[in-house]
Amino acid sequence: MNVTSVVQAVYLLAAVLFILSLAGLSKQETARRGVLLGMGGMVLALAATVGLALERSERPVAVTAALIVLVLVVGAAVGTWRARTVEMTQMPELIALLHSFVGLAAVLVGYGSFLTDAAAGATDTVHLVEVFVGVLVGAVTFTGSVVAFLKLSARIRSAPLTLPGRNWLNLGMVLVSVLLGWWFARAATGGLLPLLLMTVVALALGWHLVAAIGGGDMPVVVSMLNSYSGWAAAAAGFMLGNDLLIITGALVGSSGAILSYLMCKAMNRSFVSVILGGFGTGDATAGGDPSAVGPQGEHRETTAPAVAALLTAARSVVIVPGYGMAVAKAQYPVADLAARLGDRGVRVRFGIHPVAGRLPGHMNVLLAEARVPYDVVEGMDEINGDLPATDVVLVIGANDTVNPAAQDDPSSPIAGMPVLEVWKAADVVVFKRSMATGYAGVQNPLFFRENTQMLFGDAKDQVEAILREL
Amino acid sequence: MRIGVPREQGRLVAATPSSVSRLVALGYDVVVEAGAGAGASLADAGYAAAGAAVGSADDVWAADVVTAVGPVDREPPAGSFLVAQLGPATNPGRVQALAAGGVTALALDAVPRISRAQALDVLSALSNVAGYRGVVEAAAEYGGMFGGQITAAGTTKPATVFVIGAGVAGLAAIGAAVSLGARVRAFDVRPEVAEQIESMGATFVRADAATQQVSADGYASALTSDQEAAAARVYAAETAAADVVVTTALVRGVAPRTLTAEMVAGMRPGSVIVDLAASGGGNCELTVPGERVVTPGGVVVLGYTDLPARMPRHTSELVGTAVANLLALVTPGKDGHLVLDLADPVVRGMTVAHAGEVLWPPPPVAVTASAAAPPPPPVEDKDAARRRTLASRVALALGVVAAGLLVSVSPPSLAGHFTVLALAVVVGFYVISHVSHSLHTPLMAQTNAVSGIILVGALLQIGSSSWVVTLLAVVAAAVASINIFGGFLVTHRMLGMFRRGGGA
Repeated sequence: MNVTSVVQAVYLLAAVLFILSLAGLSKQETARRGVLLGMGGMVLALAATVGLALERSERPVAVTAALIVLVLVVGAAVGTWRARTVEMTQMPELIALLHSFVGLAAVLVGYGSFLTDAAAGATDTVHLVEVFVGVLVGAVTFTGSVVAFLKLSARIRSAPLTLPGRNWLNLGMVLVSVLLGWWFARAATGGLLPLLLMTVVALALGWHLVAAIGGGDMPVVVSMLNSYSGWAAAAAGFMLGNDLLIITGALVGSSGAILSYLMCKAMNRSFVSVILGGFGTGDATAGGDPSAVGPQGEHRETTAPAVAALLTAARSVVIVPGYGMAVAKAQYPVADLAARLGDRGVRVRFGIHPVAGRLPGHMNVLLAEARVPYDVVEGMDEINGDLPATDVVLVIGANDTVNPAAQDDPSSPIAGMPVLEVWKAADVVVFKRSMATGYAGVQNPLFFRENTQMLFGDAKDQVEAILREL
Repeated sequence: MRIGVPREQGRLVAATPSSVSRLVALGYDVVVEAGAGAGASLADAGYAAAGAAVGSADDVWAADVVTAVGPVDREPPAGSFLVAQLGPATNPGRVQALAAGGVTALALDAVPRISRAQALDVLSALSNVAGYRGVVEAAAEYGGMFGGQITAAGTTKPATVFVIGAGVAGLAAIGAAVSLGARVRAFDVRPEVAEQIESMGATFVRADAATQQVSADGYASALTSDQEAAAARVYAAETAAADVVVTTALVRGVAPRTLTAEMVAGMRPGSVIVDLAASGGGNCELTVPGERVVTPGGVVVLGYTDLPARMPRHTSELVGTAVANLLALVTPGKDGHLVLDLADPVVRGMTVAHAGEVLWPPPPVAVTASAAAPPPPPVEDKDAARRRTLASRVALALGVVAAGLLVSVSPPSLAGHFTVLALAVVVGFYVISHVSHSLHTPLMAQTNAVSGIILVGALLQIGSSSWVVTLLAVVAAAVASINIFGGFLVTHRMLGMFRRGGGA
């Protein structure tokens, strides 16, 4: 038994803890235990690694130890600060940023690994390929996540970038990378130039891939990048011959892939069409001419006192929030409203569409932050069956996810997308700023239904007005 | 313009202080006849406080718009508007007289049954009250308790209430009877209301031969003779078993005969029949409109036509709200100026007399809900689906073969890593598939933290003899450790926010 075999045993334990940690997240009751297991696994893995790093150190142990302590202190300080101060509405940005860190680390580790081997004169082709793939995936993840971060934090426009022949451009960059890979494998220890060139191409590819995807598809993009960051870690595992990295990377990679798949299904879009970008880029761009799109009709306007009266008389109410609610910061008054109605004996529940918000499950977190109990927050499949027996549905800042055209109009761009069937309730009140279209740029026939009333204005102000009436 | 609210014969009034304040907000002057609200326990002072003037009958009838519950016995001057229940179908002479007098008459009992007009539908509101009050009257007449009781002195069975017709009145009657604890059975010739009946807590009596379709404007239409015979069999069987029968069938103001004297004779002594259609002549052969009748067989038949007026407070409130809603609809400028837009199907339907002409009956209103054709069944392109399945299977097989080839040509250590990767992907797939949707954001943050494990690789490189490698490794380790700390802490913070309801 030597240090390496002990470390291997600890890694195995950590891998099992990571699996249990993700399994714990399946239910609310076990989720916190899941996080603690994950932390435990991480502590074990890091302790073992630090031991191994010190043992293998080619420098004075004190220097290595000092550097390790330094990076851990920096990481802990920055990470803790971000985790404590981030607003829940900014979670998507934080997550995108963290993805980019994984990508960056994968690139740097790849370079480190290559330089170490080159100095030692090792020319194992298999290892070179591993390095190459690791850097490629890492670089794509890095710039892709940076663009996603910039788009989500509104530092750049979220509209899709549509360069002419963008799909050919992507294909071309992939081909160039393959050619560079071949050159790199041939050049062996002298392959720093092709590696650098490939890194530039891969960075451009990541940037362009995500820049071509519109704001409405961000939940898919972020889950996709989640998946990429996992594969980047797995590739690093191959590169370093480290099974813990491979296992962890595969877990994260499949997690992101499943989330992307769920998101695509919830939007009735194929994964390929999301990746190729350009949703809402056709003739029906958001902010375009809404009168040219879809059926128009007469809508009925209502007032906060009238909605308050409607809610007082109701026996069951379903609130369907969309990202617009978070934008208006209306989740706190909405939570108050739900609590107040609950006290009056009204059965209040929330119906969440899988793509509501900017991340999978984002709306649940926002509602949880506003102290809405999670057992009244239900998913689309759970709530759809109950909607016909519901008295009042409040649609707050949601649009495409409650669009009946998805079911009724086969020519609609969102035809076939699963939606919350709010129009089956006795009364629907839609909180909206104006009659503008949603992300998909599709007009919503719900607004012209006979049982629909529109409450225009800032969602937060209007909900507060209703609260005062109650 | 000025709105007049007269004192009426019954106990009802077409405005309450709260509806008056809405009318004032629409820009109208309102004059209320002294004592108009007395029957509904609404004092003149309340109206005055809401912004109305209190005046004489002549003041009120001289106003530009007169609103009453109805029936009205006096005509406003030519050029003015009258808003009241006018019974245009049953009382055409009255409408003709109004038209001849140059009055624009809006009948509150002729609101088209479309969802948008529900807020103006006085008939529905009154029917609702009548259904409730009908059950209350029946409960007072019935010699027993509606709800079954289990006491030390014995057990009583709950009353059986049979409701015919699940319109607004019928559903209200079902709701009231269920609340009192009765066992309620209900029948309607429209099979699609079964769900509504059941949602109110009653049992729907099924009789397939006695069903019909609803007409385009939402009211029930008359039955064919076959359907009538089938329905009659249902009525006979159900009434014989019931303690209380509530009949509510009204087709455009006229009551079809549903209960014959023979059926009533088959009922137990002490049973009660409440005929909510008495105003249209009564569904029961023995009904005397406005009267309580006891049959020789000891069955009480209530034919009261003033059930809504027996609850004057709430009925006046509902009528007042409907009138205010109507005036809001016809006052688009909110400037106290009534604009009659006959292109609006709701206004057109209610306007029975205008500019000297009788406008009753209105052209039929197409209701989108029933007019819409059922969508064509989705045509499934089985060939395409099969091709797609085949294509994906082929792709899967090729992928497996390619992966197999890759592993077989790679060195043993790499093959081991591939094994680990494949197994981890499968494990990951099963584990993640079970994660609740509501936890997907914490899941992403957690996987973020976990993927910071790449720190392991960076840490091992820090001790490199090359300064370049060390530098790269330090940067990589720093960002990866931000990931680990940030990811875990934010996940923990998010999960701390999730809490169960009920203080648990």
